Parts: sequence; structure tokens; C-alpha cells
Amino acid sequence: MKKACILLEDGFYQEGLSLGADSETIGEVVFNTSMSGYQEILTDASYKGQIVCMTYPLIGNYGVNPQDVESSRVRVDGFIIKERSRIVSSWRAEKSLEEYLKQNNIVGIDSVDTRAITKRIRAKGSMKGLISAVDFDTGSLKEKLERFPSIVGRDLVKEVVCRESYLWEEATQEEEPKEKPTGTVAVIDCGIKFSILRNLKNYFEKIIVLPAEASLDKILELNPQGILFSNGPGDPEPVSYAIELGRKVIERLRNKELKAAVMGICLGHQILGLALGGKTYKLKFGHHGGNHPVKDLKTGKIDITSQNHNFCLDIQTLPRDLEVTHINLYDKTPEGMCHKNLPLFSVQFHPEAGPGPFDARYIFGNFKKMADSLS
Amino acid sequence: MPKRTDIKKILIIGSGPIIISQACEFDYSGTQACKALRQDGYKVVLLNSNPATIMTDPDFADATYIEPITVEVLEKIIIKEKPDACLPTLGGQTALNIAFSAAKKGIFEKYNVELIGANAESIAKAEDRQLFKDAMLAAGIDLPRSKVVYSLEEAQECVKEIGLPCVIRPAFTLGGTGGGVAFNEEEFINIISLGLKQSLIEEVLIEESVLGWKEYELEVMRDKNDNVVIVCSIENFDPMGVHTGDSITVAPQQTLTDKEYQKMRTQAIKAIRTIGVDTGGSNIQFGINPEDGRMVIIEMNPRVSRSSALASKATGFPIAKIAAKLAVGYTLDEIPNDITKETPASFEPTIDYCVVKIPRWAFEKFPEADPTLTTSMKSVGEVMAIGRTFKEALQKGLRGLESGKNGLESVIDSKRYRVQPQEVEAQIRAHLINPNAERIFYIAEALRFGFSVDEIHSLTSIDKWFLINIKEIIDFEIYLRSHRGLDAKTLSRAKELGFSDKQIAGILNIDEYKTYSFRQRHEIYPVYKLVDTCAAEFKAYTPYYYSTYEQEDETWISPGEKVVILGGGPNRIGQGIEFDYCCVHASFALREEGVESLMVNCNPETVSTDYDTSSKLYFEPVTLEDVLNITRKENPKGVILQFGGQTPLNLALGLDKAGIPILGTKASSIDASEDRDKFKKLLNKIGLKQAPSGIANSFYEAKKIAKEIGFPVMVRPSYVLGGRAMEIVYDEEVLERFVREAILASPNQPILIDKFLEDAIEIDVDLIGDGQTYVIAGILEHIEEAGIHSGDSAMCMPPFSLPDRMIERIRQATYDLARELKIVGLMNIQYAVKYDEPYVLEVNPRASRTIPFVSKAIGVPLAKLATKVMLGKTLEELGFTKEVELPYTCVKESVFPFNRFSGVDIMLGPEMKSTGEVMGIAEDFANAYLKSQIAASQSLPKEGAVFISVKNSDKRSMIFIAKKLKELNFEILATQGTAKALRNNGIEARSLPRISEGRPNILDYIKDKKVHLIINTPSGRIPRQDEIKIRSEAVRFGISCITTISGAQTSVSAIEVLRKDIITVKSIQEYHRELKKIN
Repeated sequence: MKKACILLEDGFYQEGLSLGADSETIGEVVFNTSMSGYQEILTDASYKGQIVCMTYPLIGNYGVNPQDVESSRVRVDGFIIKERSRIVSSWRAEKSLEEYLKQNNIVGIDSVDTRAITKRIRAKGSMKGLISAVDFDTGSLKEKLERFPSIVGRDLVKEVVCRESYLWEEATQEEEPKEKPTGTVAVIDCGIKFSILRNLKNYFEKIIVLPAEASLDKILELNPQGILFSNGPGDPEPVSYAIELGRKVIERLRNKELKAAVMGICLGHQILGLALGGKTYKLKFGHHGGNHPVKDLKTGKIDITSQNHNFCLDIQTLPRDLEVTHINLYDKTPEGMCHKNLPLFSVQFHPEAGPGPFDARYIFGNFKKMADSLS
Repeated sequence: MPKRTDIKKILIIGSGPIIISQACEFDYSGTQACKALRQDGYKVVLLNSNPATIMTDPDFADATYIEPITVEVLEKIIIKEKPDACLPTLGGQTALNIAFSAAKKGIFEKYNVELIGANAESIAKAEDRQLFKDAMLAAGIDLPRSKVVYSLEEAQECVKEIGLPCVIRPAFTLGGTGGGVAFNEEEFINIISLGLKQSLIEEVLIEESVLGWKEYELEVMRDKNDNVVIVCSIENFDPMGVHTGDSITVAPQQTLTDKEYQKMRTQAIKAIRTIGVDTGGSNIQFGINPEDGRMVIIEMNPRVSRSSALASKATGFPIAKIAAKLAVGYTLDEIPNDITKETPASFEPTIDYCVVKIPRWAFEKFPEADPTLTTSMKSVGEVMAIGRTFKEALQKGLRGLESGKNGLESVIDSKRYRVQPQEVEAQIRAHLINPNAERIFYIAEALRFGFSVDEIHSLTSIDKWFLINIKEIIDFEIYLRSHRGLDAKTLSRAKELGFSDKQIAGILNIDEYKTYSFRQRHEIYPVYKLVDTCAAEFKAYTPYYYSTYEQEDETWISPGEKVVILGGGPNRIGQGIEFDYCCVHASFALREEGVESLMVNCNPETVSTDYDTSSKLYFEPVTLEDVLNITRKENPKGVILQFGGQTPLNLALGLDKAGIPILGTKASSIDASEDRDKFKKLLNKIGLKQAPSGIANSFYEAKKIAKEIGFPVMVRPSYVLGGRAMEIVYDEEVLERFVREAILASPNQPILIDKFLEDAIEIDVDLIGDGQTYVIAGILEHIEEAGIHSGDSAMCMPPFSLPDRMIERIRQATYDLARELKIVGLMNIQYAVKYDEPYVLEVNPRASRTIPFVSKAIGVPLAKLATKVMLGKTLEELGFTKEVELPYTCVKESVFPFNRFSGVDIMLGPEMKSTGEVMGIAEDFANAYLKSQIAASQSLPKEGAVFISVKNSDKRSMIFIAKKLKELNFEILATQGTAKALRNNGIEARSLPRISEGRPNILDYIKDKKVHLIINTPSGRIPRQDEIKIRSEAVRFGISCITTISGAQTSVSAIEVLRKDIITVKSIQEYHRELKKIN
């Protein structure tokens, strides 16, 4: 196995073994605390521009299968783990993690102290990092790292969004729809996770995915019962076209020219917040994992949720006709909001899971209910 | 919503004596619950018959009843204490069963007591097979195909549909007693018959075999607002078919994709809602078919369990404490996470290490028992290990087991590979196919021998992920073996893979010290990382550490004074909760004295490994290497090793050699008392008698000594605990066998051969000293005669038959010995009194098994005082200078695991076999003894028939006992010889034929429950087959069987009390107030 090294912005350097492509990568390093679900994480487009460090040390145990993907390919810009599995153990597995990373040309590293890396990010905030299997000169590595742009202010959505709209057919494997799915939902793709589409499929008959740059007319042509602003990578502010689209949708709702329920997830939630006049800011090291408690302020119920975001809506800046519906019990940041007068709500967490607990899947049911109530 | 204010006083039921499947994990959970509820201002009343628990310390409850755990006693306590609520979910199956029985009798309703945590309806739904099945199917959760039957006929009809092999599970039993897997019709009938008998409600479930499927457990918690969290997932290394208590288990789950895991998680949440566990924790087991992923629910415990203790230690999430808080109305988000402080308990812990639990068995104590592991639990303890990889954790766990292996070492001499390859292969194959205690070692052996992972998988059904990890260890071992000499890189890699210094030394054929010094030279040391519930996402405030070989060390070394306490490692017969109790007290004492306490232990069931017991917890194997790594880091003032039993004591010389100060009695004194040669010289010096004896290093020497002192003799190796390989021997042939065993049990240690004092009275004395002042804590008279291991004997305090002048002589002898050994801390001495003369049997310069019992009896926390003495305080300063006089009687009775090992003879001897103990306290001996018998589930009959069969020398003493029984209207059945002797003395007795000579014989009477008590003393050195059969059948059918004359005498007195029906209950706090009046 080839040697590889990792260098963080704060000077942390460690050598380990190359995992995947024997090459070099730079990105913002974040840690994810999920103990399973590495394949979903690797394929989640929200990680564009980021190098993911898994806090759970033993990765690759059950290999990689054709079903558990959140997009058509691996999206992370690098992968850091403690130990890869030498075997694949699952009746569904088709290849190993190593092969998967190699085929997708992703640079990774193992045999490093992932807990030490995590603690640094916790203490100092997310920072840039570099993995290399070709260059071990710390001076040169440092220079490359410094030259690399920050994630703040970069539009990463355009790198992951679909080029053309498409129809989605697959539903979730784990549960059957309780009622026959009806109506159409338009999904504004900012880096959509397939799990969102699978969950929508349990409620809506037609799922149409459109690129975030799509025009309002294109959406209205579909006569959708619901419009969903999807998750996606990075900073929401530079994604001006999606924010603009959001503004237009909201305006139509206000003018009663549009009868559709509007929902946002993660980046979609932030985009709707911005479209409504709010502001966003960057969290110290973000939320990335599958164990965050989120409280529904109306019912008092707590869901254990899947999370993946670095940016957050600033509650103080939200207009008065918006209401915070959910908060994160870890750090009290807002996790959901709804409009007091319009059929619009959004959540910061991932009700679709993938990976993570299924606790909050009922949110899609709420979305459908809201949509049905309009017709 | 905050806590409930409509309840003020809560009754907690404990789990009673330590038995297989219910060990100190319930002291851990009960102690947490007591603490949590009292902190919230509730009054706590506690019922638990086990004196060796922390929870029964008088400070942990407002009223502590060390009384038998029965419905009658429970009712008496309810009448007296008038609690508002009863919490039954923290005392294991015992507490749950008692609460369920009491609820069925309407007791809680009658006295207006609310069951909190789980109600009777949900208990029934989770425990009753049919109700459980119906509930799960209604909730859409898949189960193995199954049917509940109530008779053998029904069972035979049912198996036609389900097919063989099938699993048989009796309802309402502990740890799957009586269950099993039947592969053929004969086995099927046997297991069904036994299961029907052992089930409290004569109900048995027959189930589709899911043998070989992947097995998982989830620990689930729910609050009254229906918030549910999964605390931990656990994957079993051993697939379905082996009881989870007998399986190696790993946390978190390793081989499920997130989709499959989340599906399981969702079903677990559905299950806890369906069963209706309103608040608290549950343990839910699942099986998964590795071929297609079909998932079935196996069972659910609506209470805190052994696995929840493991999950708590594995994650840092205190399940029992939170369960108690939820039971009084808190919700998960209202309870802070102790470890992170800022985040709430309404989350799911995520871990960044791998946890491995390995069971420890005691088959060496029960050689006749079937060592195959099945669905009925057989292990007596467990070890947990934490590492950054499975490989590291597995090897740490294996050396922490203290089973003579320093890691994944060989069980077969490699020379045999060449000489007898076929035999070796057959041996390996057999050990892979049938699950057994050593299977993990045979997997390694198979890899060394050249089996492929696929082959091993097809023989064991163990997931290949585990096997490949083991292969990586063995591949490295092979590489190391071929690699001449050591280099820093190779050694570092070995340490990362969990190899111990000793193991590496063994592979390279060098001295352990050489590995160690090489490591020192190259500065290859472990780092310590935190267990923090959150994989470092938040700052942790609780110093709970494990070692690993990686880059960053997280320990924070304080400048203050600190002391290391060495724990006792995994529970085993001979070393269990009593020693953990002492370690916990040591920690409390250090805190009181302002000294930082550093606990080192690897037993997840204990209070000592609770993260808030000590200032710092090092969850590490208790081996010299692991301890020296910690002392190097912490540089403590000293190490306390008096309290953890033999485990830490075995490290005394090594620590001393490494220059680590040992607090309390000097290492040289410990050696002087442990080394029998040195000890003999010491006794001669102070003029104390010992039975004639000699020391042998070979069979030849042993034979010579035995000839000199004459048979019978007792053979024992030095440096062992629990009488391992100790035996009374009557002739040369048997002597040879036992000397061999003794050498195996304790190699390189001499063997002591004593003249065996038959029919002597045995005495245990516990003493505390500070090097100047010595105070006797307790003098305990054994009820059984000498020759039975002190851990197995019933004991009485104060002595019930010894004359005062003998007690005085023993007292003086004890003081002489203490002065000579300059005891600083605790000491225990055993004497045998024969012909009006005390003989010293052994001296242990450490906390003995009886310390918790004596502490409870005299109301003095001896281990705590001993710790303070070791820190330099005097007994005078501590205010303990006078022996305590008892105005009541305390009896300690032992509890045995015979019902787990069918066919095993229940005869007691010098090898300890009991797993736990109970305490009976009352105004007089007969009452106290009766309570102890009830508490130990030795049900004495009020009326009926008694079968008597005694050896010739006992016949005379038997006459008085039989007469008494006759007066009490018992019918007497006897063997011909005994019947004749009784009749000659005017006692009517019906004689029964020998088993081989006619029917109905005693076995028929036992099966028909026509006999209610059996008195059977062994006829000689080789027990007759008849006798073994009688005794083991008695155990099977739950009929009390007494095997000594003294036991019989005492039992008859107890029966007299029982007939008068005058059992009263009194709390330990009330007893201690009585003590204060007279002392």
C-alpha cells in the first residue's frame, strides 16, 4: 500500500496509507459522526468542496452496493478514515470501498488519528486540508493549501446540479406508501440527495427534478402541487439564481397566483430564508452526523436527525411572518421554520435520512398534507 | 415537564445474590438509581438480599432491607414503609418476576403503590411468548415461526410443522435456563420436559431455528412523551444459537449498512411502543439472515439488563440513572448529559472506538458439565475492552480475561502440527463446529494451521469480517515469528494490533522484560483517549480513558496527590462483586481524604467502572504491562492492590520490582503469607499450629510427604484464589492426578500438601490494622465443617457453637499474626478447630470475600477505613479501636449455579463453586439461618416427606435430627441402611430400594414431588453413582438437598421457625441503631 499524508491549515501533519486514487486533493475538512452510512456520505453532493473525516474508525466493513447512493457518483473531495476493512461483508455488496474510491478517482487516507483531527476542527473550526500520496514536502504542501480558496462565498451548487430536468421513479425500500401517491412535485435541484426523491415518491405520483437555474415558467408549466428546494453544498449566499427563484415563488404565493406547498431542506431551507429576507452565517464546524436531537417546538417531540450543514440561518434576521418551528437541542440553532400566512416551511436537518435515523420522515407526509389542503 | 411531586417514597427491588445471568451489573444499575432518586429528593426504600453490593450500603437508601426477595417480604416492607411507588426495572429478572407476582396478587393495588418504569401489563407482554408474538405481528414486525406449548404432547405435534433443529425457550426464567437447541427427537423431548418444569408458568416456546444468523442487540430508552433513543447497537461475534451472555459481542454494530441498521432501529422503536414500556430502558434482540437480510425480532427485556450495563460502559451513557429519572417523570431533553454537560440526554451516543466484550466461564470448576455453549447462559463473568480497532480491543480483552492467555495465543503446541497433523486438524474442527469457551482461540489456531477464512466461516457461521480481522492478527504473528529480532517499526505495529509485551516475548521466545525495555528505549507507549458519548464533537468533562497506540494523548495529569486502585477484572467463581465492593470503597475513601483516585479495571458489570465512582477511570486490563503504562503516565503516590482479590495481588512483586510503591501491607509480607514455605516458618516462629504439611514440586515429592503425614491430605497450589485445583485426597492414585492439575493451574509455584482435619469446625476472622493498632472486625463460624471452601460455606456471626475461651484463643492468635505481618489494611485468617485446638489454615493479607458481609453486620465501612489507614491515618484517628459486639445474628449463605449444569454433582469440597451470597439477619440464629435459606432459594418445607441417606459415621448424629423431624410431623424416607439405624432407635422410617434395585425409588419420589427435603451426606471419597443422581435430580426439580450433618441440624431448627410463621423485617439502618446503643 502506498504512503499518503495529510496536512491541515493549522499545521497538523500525519502520514498514513493512501486509500483510493494515489493523487492529491484539497478541500475544507469536516468530520462526520455517523457510525454507518459511509456510502451515502460519499455520494452526497452537499459534500462538494469538502474532505470528510469519519469519526468512526472502522470503515468499509460492508463494502459498497448499487442501491445506497445519494447521487450518481462520489461527491466528496477527499476521505479520511482510521482503518479500512480488508474484506467486504454483506449480501448486497458489489465492491470494496477502496475500489469504489479508485474508480471515482477520489483521494483518501487511512491509518491516521481521526480523533485528533476531529478535536482540532472542534477547537479551531472547519479548516482547509490537503491529502497527498505524491508530495511529502511540507513546505510545498503548505503553499498549495494556502493558495486554495475558502469555501465561503463560493458557488458550489453549479458544480453538482443536474443539467436537464428529469423524472424520478424509485421509492424507498423500507416502507410502502400508505395511500396511493398523487399529484406532481417540482424539485429544485441544488445537489439533491436521492433519498429525498425516494421519500417524495411515497406521496407524490410525479417527481420532476429541475436544475436550480430553471426558470419559474418552466416550473409553473408542470402545474405542481408542491415545490421543494433541495439540499446542496456550501455557502447559500452565492447561489443567487436559486435565491431569486425562491423570491419569485414566494411572490406568486403571496399574490395567490400559485397554489402549491413549498418546502426546503438544508441548503433549500437556507435559500428560502435568504429569499424571505433573512441572513445566514457559518457555524464553527457545522453539523455532520446522524444523532442530533431536534425538538418540534409545537409538539415538544424530539426527533433524532441526520444533519449535514456548515451554514445556518440567523434567527434574529428572519422577518416577523416567519416562525421557528424546530431547534437543535445541542446548540439551540434553528432547525426549521414555517410561514405564518403562506404554505411554506423548511427544515435544516435531513428528514430523508440517508444516512441516519428515519424519525423525521413524517415531514414528507406533512408536506403532502399541506399540498393537498390547497386543492 | 419536571419530576413528579405526587410520589415521595420509592421502593427499589434489587436482584439478590450473584448467579449466572445476574451479576454485579444490577448493583451498578441499582446504585445509580438510588443515587439519582435521592439527589432528586425522593426517599428510597431498598430490598436486596445480597450484602456484597454497594447499593445495600446504609448510605445509599433511606431504609435498606437486606431480606429475602419474596412476595411475602415485599408485602411486609410495603406495610411498614408505605412507599408511594415501586421501581422494579433495575433489579434484573428477579425484581421483575417478584413485582409481577406481587401485582398479580393485588398487593400494589391493596396498599396503593404505583409500579413505575414498567407496569404489569407491559411486563407480561414482553415476557409471555404468545403475547409478545401477537403484539409484534400486529405492529408489523417479523419473528421466527413459532408456537407456544404447554405440554409434551402439544410440543410433539408442533415440531412436525416447524421442523428440527428448533429452538426451545421456556417463559419466565432467568438467562434462558432450561432452554436449548434440539437437533434430534431425543434432545427435543429432553429439553421440552425440562423447560416446562423450569418455567414459572409451565410454558415453552418452540421456534424456527435461526441458528447461524447474525445476532444484534439494541439498547433503547423511552420517556413519557414518547421520545425514544437508541443508546447503543451491539453485534454478536457468535451467531444465533449461543446465548448473548455467552457470546463475544462488539459495539457498535459492524457489518450492517446504514439502511439495514436504520430499519432495525425503527423496528426497535416500534417494539418498545407496542410493548408499552412507558419510561426507561429495554434491550431488544434481532436476528438477520446473512443470505438475504431477512430480519426477525428475537426477544425484548422490558428492563435494564446486562447488555445495558455493557452499553453504558461502552458509550458513557448511564442508562440506569436515566431510566430512574425517566420513571419519576423527567423527559430525556430535561436531563443533561453528564459527560458533555451542555448537551441533553435526548441524543444517541456515537463512538469513535471499538468495544469488545468477552465472557468468562468456569467449566474448570464443573468438569462433568457439558461445555458446549447453547441458548442457556453458562458464563460467570465478562471483560470489556476498548480499542481504536477491533483487533486491538479483542486482544486487550483476551489478556484482560486472565485465563492464562496474554492475547490471541496458541492453545495447541505447534510441535503437534508436524507430529499429529490429523489429530490436530480434527481437534480444531471439533472446536469450531461446537461453540465452546475456547472457540476464539481455535479460530486463531485454525488460521495458523492453514484453514481459510471461508472454511472457518462455513464451520462456525461467524461473519467473515470478524474472521479477517483475526487473520490479520495471526498473519502478523507469523510475520513476527519469522522476523528475526525486534525493530521499532515492527514493535509499533504489533502494539497497534493489540499484542501485549508478554505475547510478543512468547512469540520471539524472549523475556517479557526485554520487550518492555525495548519499548522504553524507543519510547513506544500507548496514548489515552476519552470515552465521551459524542466522538469528540463536544468537549467532555468526565475523565474516562482507554489506551491505544496512536498519535494524540488526551490525559490531563493533575498536580495533586493520586493513588491507583487495581480492580479485580472479570467476575469468576472465587472473585466477584465482594472485591469490587472494596475497590469502590477505596475510591470513596480517597475522595474523602482529598486524594485523586485512579481506578483500573476491565469489568463492565461493576460499580467500580462507573465513570463517576473515581476521579479518573482507566478502562484497561489489569495486567502488569497495562498498569505500568498508567503509573508511568500518572506517577501516583502508590497503588492499592489489597482490594481487587487475587488479580492485583499477583502483580505485587512486579510492581514492587518496577519501583511502584504499594500502599498498605508490604509486598514482602504478602509474599510471606502467600508462599507456603515462608508462611510455615512464620507460624513456627510465633508458636501457632498448622496441620502437618509439606511442600512438593513434583509427584514424587508429594507421594513422600503424603506417606509421612498420612491420608487424607489436602493438596493446594499457592497463589490461587477460589481453591482452584484444591482437593481432599484419600489415596495415591488420586494424588497423582491432582498434583498434575495443581501444577497446570499454577505453574512454577510449589504445591502444599496438608494433613486434612476431618470434621473440624472452620472459622474465618477478618481484621484491620494500621501497623500499630489491630482490631478484629468479625469472627465467623462456618456451619459446614472444615474441608468445604470458605466461599461455599454458610457462616454465622457471631459464632454460634464455639465456647468463649476458644474464641479468645483465636482472637489472640489473630493479633499475633497481624503484628508479625505488620498488617496495614485488611487481613483474613481461616482456622480449623479440632480436638479443642485451633489450627491455622491460611492467612490472606488483603480484603477477603467476607468484608462486605462483616461491614454490613457491624455497621463499619471496613474497606474505607483500611484505605485511610493505608494513606497513613491511624485507627485511633478514625475512631475504630474496639471489636463490635452484635446484639443480633447474621448468617451468610452461598448460592450455587448447579441448575445451569445438569448432571453435575452438587457436593461441596475445597474447590469453590458458588457464584454469590445472601445475608440473613435476625434476633437469633435459627431465624437468621432461615432467612438466609429463603434468600438463597433453598426452600425448606413446612411439612411433607424427608429422604435421609447418610454415611455410616454420620448415622449417630442423624438420629437426633430424624427424631426432631418426626416430632415436626414429617414422614421419613430412607435407604435401607439408614432406615435400619433409625428404626433401631425407635424412629419410624419407610425404606426405599436402591435406584438400581427397584421402583418406586427416590428418583420417582423426586419426579412426582412426593419428597420435600433430602439429607444426603456423601458415603466416601468416591461418591456412589446413585448419590450423584439423587443430588443432581433434586437440583433439577428444585428440592432442597443438604449434604452435611451440621447443615441438616441447622435446617431443622430453621424449619421449626418456619412453621411458626414469624419472619419479621427490619432495615439495616434500624439494626445499626441497635448496635450504637450497646457499643
